[in-house]
Amino acid sequence: MTIAWGRWGVLCAVLLLAACASDTHLTFLNPQGPVADAQRWHFYVVLGVMAVLVAGPIFLLLPFFAWRYRYGNNTSRYTPNWEFSKVLEIMAWGGPIVIVAVLAFFVWRDTHKLDPYKPLVSGQAPLRVQVIGYDWKWLFIYPDQGVASIGIMAMPAGRPVSLQITSATVMQSFFIPALGSQMYAMGGMVTQLNLQADKPGRSLGENTMYNGNGFHQQQFTAQAMTPAGFAAWIGKVRADGIPLDAHILQLVSQRATRSDLIAALPGTRSMGSNVYFRRTSAALFPAVVKATRDGERALPPAAFTPAATVPSVAPSMMEHK
Amino acid sequence: MSIAGLFEHPLGRLGLDSLPFWKMLEHPTRSDIVNGIIATGAASVVVLGALGLIVVLTRYRLWRVLWSEWLTSPDHKKIGIMYVVIAFVMLARALIEAGLMRAQQAYGLGGGFLSPDHFAQLFSTHGTIMIFFMAMPFLTGVINYVMPLQIGARDVSFPVLNSVSLGLTAAGAALVMVSLVLGKFSTGGWFGYPPYTEATFSPGVGPDYWIWALTLGSLGSTFTGINFAVTVYKERAPGMKLMRMPLFTWTALCTSILMIFAMPPLTVATAQLALDRYLGFHYFTNALGGNMMHFANLFWLFGHPEVYILILPAFGVYSEVISTFSGKVLYGYRSLVMATMTIAILSFTVWLHHFFTMGQSANINAVFGIASMLIGIPTGVKIYDWMLTMFRGRVRFTVPMVYSIGFILLFVLGGMSGILLANPTVDYQVHNTVFLVAHFHNMAVPGLLFGMIAAYHFWFPKAFGFRLNERWGLVAALCWIFGFMLAFFPLYVLGLMGLPRRTVAYTEPSYVPLEWVAFLGALLILTALASLLWQLWVSIKQRDENRVFAGDPWDGRSLEWSNSAPPPEYNFAVIPEVKGRDAFTMSKEGGTAYQRPDTYQDIELPKNSALGPVIAALGFALAFGLVWHIWWMVILSFLAAVAALILRGFARNTTRIVTAHEVRQQHLRWIDAVATATAIARADENKPANEGLAQHASDGVVP
Ligand code: HEM
Ligand SMILES: [Cu+2]
Repeated sequence: MTIAWGRWGVLCAVLLLAACASDTHLTFLNPQGPVADAQRWHFYVVLGVMAVLVAGPIFLLLPFFAWRYRYGNNTSRYTPNWEFSKVLEIMAWGGPIVIVAVLAFFVWRDTHKLDPYKPLVSGQAPLRVQVIGYDWKWLFIYPDQGVASIGIMAMPAGRPVSLQITSATVMQSFFIPALGSQMYAMGGMVTQLNLQADKPGRSLGENTMYNGNGFHQQQFTAQAMTPAGFAAWIGKVRADGIPLDAHILQLVSQRATRSDLIAALPGTRSMGSNVYFRRTSAALFPAVVKATRDGERALPPAAFTPAATVPSVAPSMMEHK
Repeated sequence: MSIAGLFEHPLGRLGLDSLPFWKMLEHPTRSDIVNGIIATGAASVVVLGALGLIVVLTRYRLWRVLWSEWLTSPDHKKIGIMYVVIAFVMLARALIEAGLMRAQQAYGLGGGFLSPDHFAQLFSTHGTIMIFFMAMPFLTGVINYVMPLQIGARDVSFPVLNSVSLGLTAAGAALVMVSLVLGKFSTGGWFGYPPYTEATFSPGVGPDYWIWALTLGSLGSTFTGINFAVTVYKERAPGMKLMRMPLFTWTALCTSILMIFAMPPLTVATAQLALDRYLGFHYFTNALGGNMMHFANLFWLFGHPEVYILILPAFGVYSEVISTFSGKVLYGYRSLVMATMTIAILSFTVWLHHFFTMGQSANINAVFGIASMLIGIPTGVKIYDWMLTMFRGRVRFTVPMVYSIGFILLFVLGGMSGILLANPTVDYQVHNTVFLVAHFHNMAVPGLLFGMIAAYHFWFPKAFGFRLNERWGLVAALCWIFGFMLAFFPLYVLGLMGLPRRTVAYTEPSYVPLEWVAFLGALLILTALASLLWQLWVSIKQRDENRVFAGDPWDGRSLEWSNSAPPPEYNFAVIPEVKGRDAFTMSKEGGTAYQRPDTYQDIELPKNSALGPVIAALGFALAFGLVWHIWWMVILSFLAAVAALILRGFARNTTRIVTAHEVRQQHLRWIDAVATATAIARADENKPANEGLAQHASDGVVP
């Protein structure tokens, strides 16, 4: 028994150390960008208001009442038929009303301020990234760079990223906690999300909406880089990536995890745990949205022909201004 | 399909591969063997449990008793007890599943022992059972037992419908149980979002089990809601004005109204999903005009009011318990009634907070966020009013009171995390993570479950005539409270660390220590369950020392304490005349309790009816046939069910008479027992001296 516990203690210590050493940012409480940072403050403010005004009095008064008015303590007052006091009643309703009013102010302000559809204020034009959820991986398309990736979403630090999100399969939820909000990905519909990383670093990216056996493996790295690093990354993807044709996309859309995909794809051996595509078409994303909405299997050839003129995504119910 | 086609596959989709150990035999990989053994073990428990029950019933010749005293009985008290029995059985299963999930996640760094598919069935059945086949039957059972007694009625308005509702619920629960033995349950979670649950992505029987179990359960609940609401409106004793009703009855009324309005959207949504799956419709598919968010809308239009269906009766229980065990009038009755009604109404205005992250405009999110927080106002009022009920009282720390105090403190924390989630800004971060899991368990366990267990302790002596063992009750209560804290507080932190809900395994080592704390909490909770079972066993053995036949073990305040324990089948020999709130306390203080009336009258009661169990059996067969595509079974059981309902319409002589003579005999036997019982002070409440007769202030004592 003691040995088991001792071993367990060592394991715990090792794991805690490993956690501190892990360089992937997991949470908005250690924010990597302005959105998560603002969310952190909102979280602390609401928590603080409630801890002081809601929990505080109740945690003090309830144990006190229970003890002071316990059965057998005949020194405390006993008023078995007392059932109403106007003053107390006004406080009982008034207190919560005031607290909720204060919090409602924050809700209104910050919900608008942090609307995920709202472009971030910045001197630089946002980087456009299109995200397609497959079972069980995310495909990131860089329409203006003509490349795409699976397993990693690279982005330049300090520059806003404007994401368009859809699903080629069941509903999913796209989420990079250390950068900001999560957003549903739904077949045949496009949602939007604006994020920014402040400094280079790796953040955990994931799907939070259960979608089958590989759900827990549908993770990726959101990799913020220096602008020069990002340019180099694009160059490397253009050089090393494989072309994304109809057959490859067919493989991508299989219900399989990223590692299964890598095993099935030709030419991915040098890429590690990620997959890179070059010469992708800007028409791919809108074509996937349309095909999912219309229930078509095959995409039009334009979806795989790079440098075609870029048709914009047909408006869907999820777009609003 | 031709007639012959119906019989071409007489067993539909059923085959050998539907058995839980088949895969393990075909592919004896390590993972298949582990998962196969667990699944087969669970299936054996179901099969052996059923067999054991059959053997016991046969051995002790109890079939007739079971049939004529219980299954066909229209008595609301017996129906209530049967509901609670279902709830406890299902609670045991769902808790074991919860323990298994916690164990898997404790070992989940990079793998664990359960397959993803198995884990997904666990969270789906656990959630579905807890909500539809544990919580709903529990509260329905408690209301069934208590509410008619509290309003001075002889029964509910539609006793046979009551038995049909029970039958439907039981059939749904049985369907979920059978899914352990044959085939697999859904992996789509308790809310079964399409398109994942559409035939394209989940072709097996799982979602069909889920759909039909829910359909049976929610039909039962709709009928129950109608039945209870009509009972409260129509069956109150003379003088029992609405504003004199005990608070538990008020919450029962609000919950019934919510049931009537909230269950239909669920029935519709699951029916549409069934049309998609069975007949190729496109309500919720990706393509051809389907839209999954319509499902989300309908589901949560049910789902949010549902959480108040669950919590309001528990609020009612706490109101009764706190007032009784503080020896004091409930403080702020009028406020509490208003708060209950406000919550019931507001609960229909907030469903969108379940999908803030769908991509709608900030205006919509802000409005629904603020609407959600508004519910915090009446809830806060309730908490303060309960505290003011204890203020200047004489608080006795009995088992129900320990649950109530634990409830208030923990519920406040759950409410705080709820307010956090109502902030779209925060929800963007913690939605779909285990933070959310922590939040709703923080409402469901201390709120609903503690409330129901408190109710079980509070009214058990009334129902069975003897008190439950206090010491084991305390052990269980403390295990529940601390087990809950250990099991769920870590999930708040894990959620903030980005761990999604429904995760079978993870690669992040920093999750491990907290997962282990949560696992220990789950073990403590299983200990709590075991203590409850042990307590029941001990209490049954010691029942003769703890009898409270006189009927009032806690110095109760409302009418259910004013008759014997257990009460006669007609509840009241003479329907009471109500003069104010806390009717029984008033008559005790006015010296008008325990009277011997000059005359007694014949009492008309509903006769037993087989309709309930018949509908249960046919409903089960219908659903089972639908799940496995056994079409002849579907057609036959449907026709038989319609025939049974029509035949019932022709039944005459549906009532029987208990003669005035019998009533008089029974009543006098009780009154005589009361006359010879010794009234006790509250200090002796938990001693054998408590025969169910209380001293009160009018005797010149501080009780
Ligand atoms: C008291 C001990 C309980 C424990 C240890 C427990 C444990 C769990 C666990 C481990 C999960 C899966 C979490 C995940 O998705 O990662 C879960 C989900 C859930 N539980 Fe419980 N639970 C308990 C009681 C309850 C009660 C009383 C209710 C409701 C009345 C409830 C309702 C649910 C629901 C609705 C889900 C979600 C299922 C889904 O994801 O679709 N649980 N619980
Ligand atoms: Cu809700």
